[in-house]
Amino acid sequence: MPTRDRSATGQVDAIALESVHKWYGEFHVLRDINLNVRRGERIVICGPSGSGKSTMIRCINRLEEHQKGRIIVDGTELTNDLKRIDEVRRDVGMVFQHFNLFPHLTILENCTLAPIWVKKMPKKDAEEVAMKYLTRVKIPEQANKYPGQLSGGQQQRVAIARSLCMNPKIMLFDEPTSALDPEMVKEVLDTMVGLAEEGMTMLCVTHEMGFARQVADRVIFMDYGQIVEMNTPNEFFKNPQHERTKLFLSQILH
Amino acid sequence: MHAASQSPWRIIYDLRARAIFYQIVCAASVVLIAYFLFTNATGSLARQNITTGFAYLSREAGFVISQSPISYQPSDTYARALLVGIMNTVRVSILAAFLATVIGTLVGIARLSANPLLSRLAMVYVDVLRNVPLLLFLFLWYAVIVTSLPPARQAYQILPHVYLSNGGLIVPALQWSQELTYISLALIAGIGLAFPFARKMRDKRVVTGVERRRWPLVLLAVIAPPLLFFAVLRPTLAMDWPEIGRFRIAGGAQLMPEFVALLVGLSLSASANVAEIVRSGITAVKKGQWEAAASLGLHRPLALRLVILPQSLRVIIPPMTSTYLNVFKNSSLAIAIGYPDLVMVSNTIMNQTGQAIEPIAIFMMVYLSLSLCISAFMNWYNARVALRG
Repeated sequence: MPTRDRSATGQVDAIALESVHKWYGEFHVLRDINLNVRRGERIVICGPSGSGKSTMIRCINRLEEHQKGRIIVDGTELTNDLKRIDEVRRDVGMVFQHFNLFPHLTILENCTLAPIWVKKMPKKDAEEVAMKYLTRVKIPEQANKYPGQLSGGQQQRVAIARSLCMNPKIMLFDEPTSALDPEMVKEVLDTMVGLAEEGMTMLCVTHEMGFARQVADRVIFMDYGQIVEMNTPNEFFKNPQHERTKLFLSQILH
Repeated sequence: MHAASQSPWRIIYDLRARAIFYQIVCAASVVLIAYFLFTNATGSLARQNITTGFAYLSREAGFVISQSPISYQPSDTYARALLVGIMNTVRVSILAAFLATVIGTLVGIARLSANPLLSRLAMVYVDVLRNVPLLLFLFLWYAVIVTSLPPARQAYQILPHVYLSNGGLIVPALQWSQELTYISLALIAGIGLAFPFARKMRDKRVVTGVERRRWPLVLLAVIAPPLLFFAVLRPTLAMDWPEIGRFRIAGGAQLMPEFVALLVGLSLSASANVAEIVRSGITAVKKGQWEAAASLGLHRPLALRLVILPQSLRVIIPPMTSTYLNVFKNSSLAIAIGYPDLVMVSNTIMNQTGQAIEPIAIFMMVYLSLSLCISAFMNWYNARVALRG
């Protein structure tokens, strides 16, 4: 039985992390993480490298396993049950720093692979859906090329379209613009802003503070595996509470 | 230097002139060495009164070959004896390459398993088989078979009319006829048909999204052609039942211990190579590919099949080619345990005719041309799976 976790409004939270801990061997990467994400909420996570922010969102679709505490995604608790893990992964899309497109498949095939094999969608329908999202990320004309023929920004937009083809309820972004040339950052961010405006639940690890100001409902600052500070973007940037947050912000905002 | 550019010696600094000079030197050395070897060999052969040429091929061979996929009598020609040798070599090589691929792929995947017992076992398997010479393993498997099984007179009867002894496994066989040859060809055609058929069904599954069981129809594609031939030709079926005699078991079809020892030796040692190749091919694919597939909801076996293996093949195919070539060439170790492959038959021919150069030339040509065929096929396949874009 999937565990239901209801918040005060009676609605199931999109994501709930309850006292989550994780260790890599001796190293304590996540220390007592508590976080509830409402449906449609956009959250930006920042912090120095090694602070556990990527690990935290990778726990949400079980690319990493947590050792203590509970993670409940859309009412389904992540345990060792493979069926449940697959269920959660079908509903949670993820975009990676290095795109991770499948280089042996065309752009269109990249987008239709999972709908065809996981959702058992007829090929024609899957291609229609794929073209719809490729049009939305503004590269329908590249459908029959291979990933290696595209620029970094284009590849990352394909990766977003590929995730959207599974019609996810939640999108996780793991530093989606960190590996891009500066002039390509904007096209990817624009795509993400568009997604946010449509009400997608989003968790985004990024240092693009302009993006955080523009779309985030809450900004989280992590350090040493802990959530140090969590606030609305306005408060977060204008009035940071902790010394570490202030130091971090002074280093990345010039 | 102005003076130097005028000198006739400036030609030795010319790139084109140098290239032509090296080519002339190279070609001349090859011709000279070949001429020296040829005159030397013909000279000493003439001095020892040894005839040369390929006339012996049409003479009667006069020796027994213990196993043959085609009919062969000692009264047949040397050429036919050689053909038997070639067929024995090809038969054991193809079977060994096939088994090595299947076992090796499974062991290679097992080495990457998260289960420590399974991955350690696979590691021990690979290390033991890779670090002991194949020849010793051939002796081992042969000794195991020959010493652990009883002589023909006390053969184990595992099933009615099925005997196991140190002479090998003997089973009842169909008496062969022309019609049966046609039916077997139809079966091979059926198997050939099944592959595109299975592919087509997979494509249909992709197009429609409807999951349907594939194996009954594929099985039908395999057995329908031979059944059709059977119904039309109506061959008379007669069995050849083996009987225990005084020294050997007469009749039936026989699986010889030499063949089994060679097949086991070749396929196991090659499978260790294949396992390492498959493992390195899979680990060569970036971890991010697994993660992207997982995040899209593809479970591990599906990710392996659709995302990882197609990319690994690019890394796997080139070293696989050399493994297959090794299987083929190492099958010549058959001579050590007495399996009548091309080298062993050639060896007997050399002893009987006194002509050494011609049989060696023939078997070297055969190995060379078949090896080139294997390479050509693998290169074609490699080009097919190459990454575009």
